[in-house]
Amino acid sequence: MSARVTPDPAVPTRQQPATREVGPPPPRPRRFNRHTVERRTLGILRWTVIAFFLLITLLPFYYMVLLSLKPIESLLRNPASIIVTPAEFTLRAYEQVLSPVSAGGQGFGTFLLNSAFVAISAVILSLLVAVPGAYAVARLPFFGYRQVNALFLAAYLFPAIVMAIPLFVLFTRLGLRGSLVGLVLVYIAQTVPVAIYMLRNYLETVPVSVEEAGLVDGLSRIGILRRISLPLVLPSIMATGLFIFMIAWNEFLFALLFLVERRDSWTVSLGLSQLSGSAEIPTTVLMAGSVVLTLPIIIVFFSTERLLTGGLTAGAEKG
Amino acid sequence: MPPVSTTSVPPGSPARRRTLSQRDARTGFLLMSPTLLIVLAVVVLPLLWSILIAFQQLRLLEIGTASPLRPLTLANFERVFASGELWLSLGTTLVYTAGSVILSITLGLIAAMAVRKPFRGRTFVRAAFLLPYVAPVVAVTFVWRTMLSPQFGIVNEAGQSLFGWAQPIPFLSEAQRTLEIFGAEFPIPTALLTAIAFEGWRYFPFAFLFLMARLGALSAETEEAALVDGASPLQSFRYIVLPQLMPVIALLAILRTIWTFNEFDDIFLLTGGAAGTGVASVRVYEFLTVQRNVGAAAAQSLVLSLVLILMLAVYMVLLRRRGERL
Repeated sequence: MSARVTPDPAVPTRQQPATREVGPPPPRPRRFNRHTVERRTLGILRWTVIAFFLLITLLPFYYMVLLSLKPIESLLRNPASIIVTPAEFTLRAYEQVLSPVSAGGQGFGTFLLNSAFVAISAVILSLLVAVPGAYAVARLPFFGYRQVNALFLAAYLFPAIVMAIPLFVLFTRLGLRGSLVGLVLVYIAQTVPVAIYMLRNYLETVPVSVEEAGLVDGLSRIGILRRISLPLVLPSIMATGLFIFMIAWNEFLFALLFLVERRDSWTVSLGLSQLSGSAEIPTTVLMAGSVVLTLPIIIVFFSTERLLTGGLTAGAEKG
Repeated sequence: MPPVSTTSVPPGSPARRRTLSQRDARTGFLLMSPTLLIVLAVVVLPLLWSILIAFQQLRLLEIGTASPLRPLTLANFERVFASGELWLSLGTTLVYTAGSVILSITLGLIAAMAVRKPFRGRTFVRAAFLLPYVAPVVAVTFVWRTMLSPQFGIVNEAGQSLFGWAQPIPFLSEAQRTLEIFGAEFPIPTALLTAIAFEGWRYFPFAFLFLMARLGALSAETEEAALVDGASPLQSFRYIVLPQLMPVIALLAILRTIWTFNEFDDIFLLTGGAAGTGVASVRVYEFLTVQRNVGAAAAQSLVLSLVLILMLAVYMVLLRRRGERL
């Protein structure tokens, strides 16, 4: 990293001081050269890096869509093809994957409904619980505030596999295993801590003076939350809701443990993972299933990207 | 909470403020209680119960009927520790975690530096970089498995036609292969490396996101001053930007370590824990569903939890040092 060992590639520049008589002292052009070389190399490298990352992030998704649009025969005949020709283009895979089992399909239509039910219930219930909680954390320093916060952080960081055993036993005893309601309950517990964390960051952006004005006008704390703070952070609440939706929609382990024995209750994630082990179902059909599973997430994500990333990384900017 | 004296204070403005803060504290607790209830019921209580189960003999068939107050025993831990498998799986987990964390943060840092300066289409590029992280894990593992398939996967096709591989590489089902470089032979764990590559791919966006946020908040002045003083771009990165990113990198390393160490979905869906990728969390699942021994599964997960608590403690200390309130 030392400037002295860097070879000096641009000879003409070095000769300039000699011809001009009065020039900058020798070290300066050397540093200038290293500077230019590095800047040019990095300039090219930067675009190479961006292209590389775009390739590795987009290629798998492109491949997913590609395979879902062609018949399995043309994949097996020519596996190296990375385009779909008009002759082979077909939506048969989507038809097969979505239609019910009774009609010879894979029943992903039912799975979609299950996933939607679980994810939307989780969003609504989790927000109902988390919004008041986040307001309490942001504005009302109640007794045991720090302990409660530490508890939530621990609950958020605790991994699913450790929680899985006792919840499996508990829900079996309560008769909730195998039901979508039980799954929703687990998802609420999994998402509330992170939802509170995000919402707290948003709620803290509401100026205290605005809330105090409400207090002076005789509103209760709950009145302030409902009439003043909530309307101000509504877009952020929606972003948090969509984040919860993504977690619930993508979840796999608890769906596997709770629902695996009952095919009609499978979520899309569980359905795809269970069916992808079987040799009878063509890969192209399962790829259509992957697209069906991924598409809602992509739509949700792109519609809220800015809000989401802002809320999640609010802590990191402090350094 | 401010100290509250007895009620024998004359009426006036200080007293009013105190009652307000008292009322606030009560409202705060009230607003918090639903969350508290759920977290206690679905997180804390089960965890405590899990500790109990770890010390009991409990088979999968009995969980519906067995009394929670059965005799305590250490048999589960004997079982978990006795075979060499625990240490093998912990070793695999360690390699897997270290590899994944380092790879994902390095990739995230490179990506964040590359898109740091504004350019046309930056918003799209940023969003595209986040895709692996937000997409459903079941879908992306399935696509990876298909792409890496030795029969018709695009990677092996490209490898054979473009790079002249003699045979397709079974990336996800081969435990080990010998790589020959200049006559020297190196054994490499194929499936484990593939899993690490997958983790690097899937989680670099997480590091990217946090590093982008930090980079955006850096003040431009120091770097401009360094430029005036003749620092080259690499020097400026090494001595000015990187030190300011270090706290975020440390935080990312700990968060990712905590999560990867207990990661289940990715490995289970990619390889099923076969071919030398049997990490500790997959072993918990196997105890539960294959051996149908709930007690042993709980004991194994308890061992994992202890490691996790240790890491959490480090994380909390780091947070404190950053002055972040919990």
